[in-house]
Amino acid sequence: MTSAAGGPDPHAGFGIGALLGLVNGQQGSAARRRRAEGKPVVPRFAEAAREALADAGARHELAESAAAARERTAAAVSELPDWEALRAAGAAIRDRALLDLDVHLETFEQAVADAGGTVHWARDASAARRIVASLVRDAGDGEVAVADGPVLRETGLAGSLAARGLAVLDASGPEGRDRVRAARVAVTGADFLVADSGTVLLLEADGAARACLTLPETLVCVAGLDRVVPEWEDMEVLLQLLPRAGRGDRLSPQVSAWSGAVPGDGPGEVHVVLVDNGRARILADEVGREALRCIGCGACSAVCPVYERVGERPFDPRGTGRSGPIGAVWTPLARGVDRAPEASLPFASTLCGACADVCPVKIDIPGLLVHLRGEVVDARRHRPVPTPELAVMRGVAWTMADARRFETATGSGARWARLLSRGGRIRRLPGLLGRWTEARDLTAPPAEPFRAWWRRRAPSRRSTK
Amino acid sequence: MRVALFVACVDDAMFPGTGRAVTSLLERLGHEVVFPADQTCCGQLHWTTGYRREAAGLARRFAGVFAGAGGTVVTPSASCAAAVRSSYRSIARAAGDPGLERAAAGLEVYELTEFLVDVLGVTDVGARFPHRVTYQPTCHAARALRVGDRPLRLLRAVKDLELVELPAGEECCGFGGAFAVKNADVSVAMVADKVRHVRDTGADVVCALDNACLAHIGGALSRLRAGVRTAHLAEILASTGDPS
Ligand code: SF4
Repeated sequence: MTSAAGGPDPHAGFGIGALLGLVNGQQGSAARRRRAEGKPVVPRFAEAAREALADAGARHELAESAAAARERTAAAVSELPDWEALRAAGAAIRDRALLDLDVHLETFEQAVADAGGTVHWARDASAARRIVASLVRDAGDGEVAVADGPVLRETGLAGSLAARGLAVLDASGPEGRDRVRAARVAVTGADFLVADSGTVLLLEADGAARACLTLPETLVCVAGLDRVVPEWEDMEVLLQLLPRAGRGDRLSPQVSAWSGAVPGDGPGEVHVVLVDNGRARILADEVGREALRCIGCGACSAVCPVYERVGERPFDPRGTGRSGPIGAVWTPLARGVDRAPEASLPFASTLCGACADVCPVKIDIPGLLVHLRGEVVDARRHRPVPTPELAVMRGVAWTMADARRFETATGSGARWARLLSRGGRIRRLPGLLGRWTEARDLTAPPAEPFRAWWRRRAPSRRSTK
Repeated sequence: MRVALFVACVDDAMFPGTGRAVTSLLERLGHEVVFPADQTCCGQLHWTTGYRREAAGLARRFAGVFAGAGGTVVTPSASCAAAVRSSYRSIARAAGDPGLERAAAGLEVYELTEFLVDVLGVTDVGARFPHRVTYQPTCHAARALRVGDRPLRLLRAVKDLELVELPAGEECCGFGGAFAVKNADVSVAMVADKVRHVRDTGADVVCALDNACLAHIGGALSRLRAGVRTAHLAEILASTGDPS
């Protein structure tokens, strides 16, 4: 319709006519080809969501558990009169930590070393898997106890250890508990890192990870490098926020904190693996870095009306374990928006704002989604042929840049629309807008738009300019 | 006082009754309404869909038109009021345009119920609307503007109106602008629940502060031939009898 440099075709202005040209099938041909060849396809949000919606039983369960979680959290939050102040403090603590992240991480590394432990740096998930596998091998024969957690899921650690032929024992499983005792090495996640003392904190509902922290000879903790805070006092606030927002608990049932290796008490060897895996990339995005405040409580998912209906999978196309509203922000920030699955995530929201209202560290998730939508659109502007959507949106903007153009387009749109309407209702629209009328009617536009009425009623009024 | 009316582009083209209602309501309360004829669109749709460059252009235009009109701006669209009041700052920053940020900060934009309750200090606007009505607190009204119970206070003062509470009202109806088309399946699943709640109230009219959300809810109600109609809250407040 138009070249990227040339501005839109004036005749393509606003209105139904321009939209008629849009076909519903914007699904990438690359994805179609892969599917035809029987190769695995990482789905876009809308495709995965459609599948999830078809499972009525799962939807019902999701709705019930989300409602229960919302109630628990609301109760836990409402009994704290200073909850809002606490949230503000939590946000400030996380921002302060992120502002000088490199400094705090160095302090942490030094403090861990002083306490007899070792810090390792993993650039991405595969580096994390390699480092952990080699640490586990160095620890000698026997089972490796693994207490599952978000970072372990993100990096695919448990599966990869098993794939490397190591005997993995699930420490959170019922029969895992007793056998942890005999394991020589344990791998756990970590929720927070305290820089000045080199302390690692782990919060959990049961005691699975706790057993891992005390019994085996070698302990490997894997943590996202975003989870550092400068000092102990910071934890006072975060330890109140996380359990209340997350599970509706007043306190985390189990909080374990340890620093380095103490001879004769617990593991003789302690390793902390700090995982980047896109976090540095998020930090480099001046707007997006707010996402790194996240303390992983899950409250945003519990209140999300989209999540409630489609569940985890559509939000987590690559199975990294990060889902819900924060996943829709984090994944495209960490991996970029060049590929279709990532690019679809920022649009997986009505921007209703429920998530931002409950987030204990006040992350403006809708704001970040809009920021990412801008990144997606900007990346597509460089294509030699504009997408149909870009052409339409430019056409609309051009039309709206002038009141007379707008009025003309309103008139022609209304004529088109009235052709399609029966009894004042439009029951079927062509093209992309057909998705609207699949389940919703559209009111036929009126014969007289507001501004025409205004002129007719007040021809002599002081100008309406 | 003198009020510059901003009628959202969607309302101008599709729901002119809302702008007419705001005009007659404010005039009935003794105020002068002007309609700056150069106004078009606040840029909200472009901004929330990722077209920040185009959104910045429309925002500059809006700020210019309404700075020129002077005084207080009132709009019946909660989402447009929220766009101007909170998104314009982000739009200006994304565009690296401090002038736009200043211009936006200089605008005094109210959503209709805020204007009535906070600025004019009225809740009884002399309306009569003999219907069973439920109110849908749309996301931008409830969470972006935080209009709270202002709409309810206004509705309670309407003569012969029976107000019934909408269960799970603050849950999004699933419209979400481009979301309604880009993720039509989820959008429809959400509006199906909303419509079920609306029908449970036994109301004959569901009202809100955003016609776009009402078009979505009303579109589903109409498809189901549910016998419930939608009305912008302004139309109820302007009513002095039985309009239909
Ligand atoms: S973004 Fe979500 S998971 Fe992270 S802290 Fe906020 S509410 Fe919790």
